[in-house]
Amino acid sequence: MAEMDTSGGGGHKKGPGVKKAKKLSTRVDLTPMVDLGFLLITFFIFTTTMSQPTALNLYLPKDTDKPEEQNKAKESGAFTILLGKDNHVFYYEGILDNSNASTNFKSANFGSGDDGIRSAILKKKSSTNPQDFVVVIKPSDDCEYKNVVDILDEMAINVVKRYALVDISDIEVQLINATEASAPK
Amino acid sequence: MGRPKIARKSTNIDMTAMCDVAFLLLSFFILTTKFKPAEAITVVTPNSVSSKPAPEKDFVLVTIDKDGKVFFSMDDENKKAFIAESINNTKNLGLNVNAFKKAGFIGAPFSQLSQFLAIPEDQRKGAALPGIPCKDSANNEMVEWFRLVKSAYGGQKVNLLLKGDNSSKYPAFKNVVAALKKNELFKFQMVTNPESAPTGSELYKKQMSGEKSN
Repeated sequence: MAEMDTSGGGGHKKGPGVKKAKKLSTRVDLTPMVDLGFLLITFFIFTTTMSQPTALNLYLPKDTDKPEEQNKAKESGAFTILLGKDNHVFYYEGILDNSNASTNFKSANFGSGDDGIRSAILKKKSSTNPQDFVVVIKPSDDCEYKNVVDILDEMAINVVKRYALVDISDIEVQLINATEASAPK
Repeated sequence: MGRPKIARKSTNIDMTAMCDVAFLLLSFFILTTKFKPAEAITVVTPNSVSSKPAPEKDFVLVTIDKDGKVFFSMDDENKKAFIAESINNTKNLGLNVNAFKKAGFIGAPFSQLSQFLAIPEDQRKGAALPGIPCKDSANNEMVEWFRLVKSAYGGQKVNLLLKGDNSSKYPAFKNVVAALKKNELFKFQMVTNPESAPTGSELYKKQMSGEKSN
């Protein structure tokens, strides 16, 4: 099939002095072509099945004005994450007030390194009673949707059972704006 | 020209047949692959470690594009007709119920809804549309939409999906969530692209030990 008939009809003999030209084989090695074909097939098989989107669950708390119905978080177990613009993350433990703002308010990034938010969460998690540990996520108006999903994902990655999305307060916005310039990327 | 008498067996295998099969399969897969149709609203979803596939039926999808514009879509045509009729009843907009049923998504305030439905389906492009207003709490039409969804589904299970663009700002998301809360819809899902848990993390260890994650 992959050869062509090059014998040139009949096979009549040429004259006695004429030497017959060497016939080159026209057989082509098809192995690389088959390889390529199967490679592409594999590619298409994989790409057709793997692009199913997934969904991340989020349960919202019920808004309530009555203090007795609100969930209480212990100060010692609270860990607040603030999301700023340009993928900045800030966090503090417990309650933030004027006396401890300079030491308690820290910045981090979305990386998995030592200054990443993951190591900060894990540090807090390991040093707190699991029953008291609660993460409060406060996205600022400047942060992107991606950051919110990333931080919720971080909760799943670090198996944080209790976390909540809370609106940010003005003081925290001011603190973010003040520290943003010097914050690591 | 005499041929040599010894019949030498060739070790060459004829690859042609295999090649034929390979390319037949290849063309089959290329032709049957359904390419994603060009979406009217371009959204790049973020990644998450969640391994649960997004539901494909009985969903109500709220899309937020990169400019923070909000679009609404759902799959059940009967429920859509119900919603269109109740909009007509309460707001007297005189909507074309059939056009509403066939519309892939809704991306206009109530006041411009009938003009929106008059645009041919293939010319509705997210970038040129106003989107559903939900910028502030005073004029959050998503509250109304979710109320309609709630009444259309009654007590039945509905999958609320939220599909946001990576670079959309948080306030758009916050306002949609506020609209959900107002209607006491507390459970929703965010559409993401799958991603594997980072090596060494707690979730990774959990998955390795065979525990199921949600």
